[in-house]
Amino acid sequence: MKKLINAPEQVVKEALAGMADAHADLLTVHYDPDFIVRADAPIANKVGLVSGGGSGHEPMHGGFVGKGMLDAACPGAVFTSPVPDQMLAATKAVSAGKGVLHIVKNYTGDVMNFEMAAELAAAEGIEVASVVTNDDVAVKDSLYTAGRRGVGVTVLMEKIVGGAAEAGADLAAIKRLAEKVNAHGRSMGMALTSCVVPHAGKPTFDLPDDEMEIGIGIHGEPGRTRVKVGHAADIAAMLAAPILEDLPFKQGDHVLAFVNGMGGTPLIELYLMYNELHKILAGQGITISRRLIGSYITSLEMAGCSFTLLKLDDELTKFWDAPVLTPALRWGY
Amino acid sequence: MQITADHVIKFIETITMRVKEQRDYLTQLDSAIGDADHGVNLDRGFTTVLTKLPSVADKDIGTILKTVGTTLVSTVGGASGPLYGTAFLRAGMASADRFELTVDDLAVVIEAALEGIQARGKSTRGEKTMIDAIGPAVDALKAARAAGDDLLTSLRKAVAACQAGMEATIPMLATKGRASYLGERSIGHQDPGATSAFLMAQALLEVLEASQ
Repeated sequence: MKKLINAPEQVVKEALAGMADAHADLLTVHYDPDFIVRADAPIANKVGLVSGGGSGHEPMHGGFVGKGMLDAACPGAVFTSPVPDQMLAATKAVSAGKGVLHIVKNYTGDVMNFEMAAELAAAEGIEVASVVTNDDVAVKDSLYTAGRRGVGVTVLMEKIVGGAAEAGADLAAIKRLAEKVNAHGRSMGMALTSCVVPHAGKPTFDLPDDEMEIGIGIHGEPGRTRVKVGHAADIAAMLAAPILEDLPFKQGDHVLAFVNGMGGTPLIELYLMYNELHKILAGQGITISRRLIGSYITSLEMAGCSFTLLKLDDELTKFWDAPVLTPALRWGY
Repeated sequence: MQITADHVIKFIETITMRVKEQRDYLTQLDSAIGDADHGVNLDRGFTTVLTKLPSVADKDIGTILKTVGTTLVSTVGGASGPLYGTAFLRAGMASADRFELTVDDLAVVIEAALEGIQARGKSTRGEKTMIDAIGPAVDALKAARAAGDDLLTSLRKAVAACQAGMEATIPMLATKGRASYLGERSIGHQDPGATSAFLMAQALLEVLEASQ
């Protein structure tokens, strides 16, 4: 394993220290329990937005803390859910009396730890609502699994809901909007290579040089199929088709197209994949009216990408366009 | 023979040792069907628990177990943190203010832990989880008790049932947790949570046998 680290058990803390120094104008990092919080939190008259999850998906979630997006993020160990103490401390730090929304990706550990944190916060008199993202169409049968995983839609939700919270929406409205984003969004990912969890020291799974995993999860969970690597156009079609038929997206729809890198794929390939996606959607009469291209929800050094499509309406478009100022996303301010 | 608070302290210390010894094995089991962190996470949790034990060394069994539970919740993360944390918390509630436990009390305490895990994980038997090891252990403990077996005999039977339950997870199809994403590919692998549950059962038997 070759990595730019000092010691596996220090990776998260040392990266947090770097973030704290690099973005001191936007955020503050608290340790033990670890959480990243807006430098100006709590914001009067604003619903607090807290997310979190295992580390290794940077810039998600810490890179989305700032104006117009998250109020706080709780980083767990690499690929391990954070603990309730972190979420409780973050919830208290952002609570301004209008309630707090927990944005949770649908993984067993994340759901249970956030659930415990919400119970603890409620016991301290803080109103907490939760929304769980589960947009990964690679997981086919939710009856016999832990359900669809939360992936790319999480990023879009944090931005859109962040815009609404900044505009003063109340907790019930924020929760409804978050559920709407989840209901209108679908994702699918693929991997060209595995990733190496620092404390494991070796690849999470073996993927031969000439094969790719279609439907990969962001922790290297297996997907739908493993096939020989083909042309980008064919890979784009393999990702787009299950997304399009699942919602389903229809002719005349306007969508936000999010082409995400898994961490080890260069931007030149992501733009190439965006071009393929654009052709596929144009062929079906679907208009891309907003887009996001880059590595925003990653899986360490995994090479690969994911597509997320979000069906837009005026409300979602308005809050997507709203100003945002965070380490990883910024426009309008 | 009864289980004393001192036994419970030794039980927790023994779990900590066994988890540390088996850390890489648990992580290896988890990398086959999960996310390769079970051994690392439990080791981190119980290592912290060990530092809390001196502060509860003279306390009742309930306080000791609750301290273990809250510490695990605060340090383990993932799915096993809330699950084992809830298990020890519920076990602690079921043994509040007690300094000794009979075999009947033990059955009540372990069943409370099992119910805690089922409630937190919204899971039941046959889904390839730690419940598949703990459930049969509870059954065996109750059956042995009904047959009039003493504490050690009952516990030996429970540990044997726990081991059988753990091994029975190998051919199971996972329908809960991260292993469920593998679908059919989860078959043929032993569940890491069931394995750590068996290590804990074994640790209790080891402590009681040593103090005989």
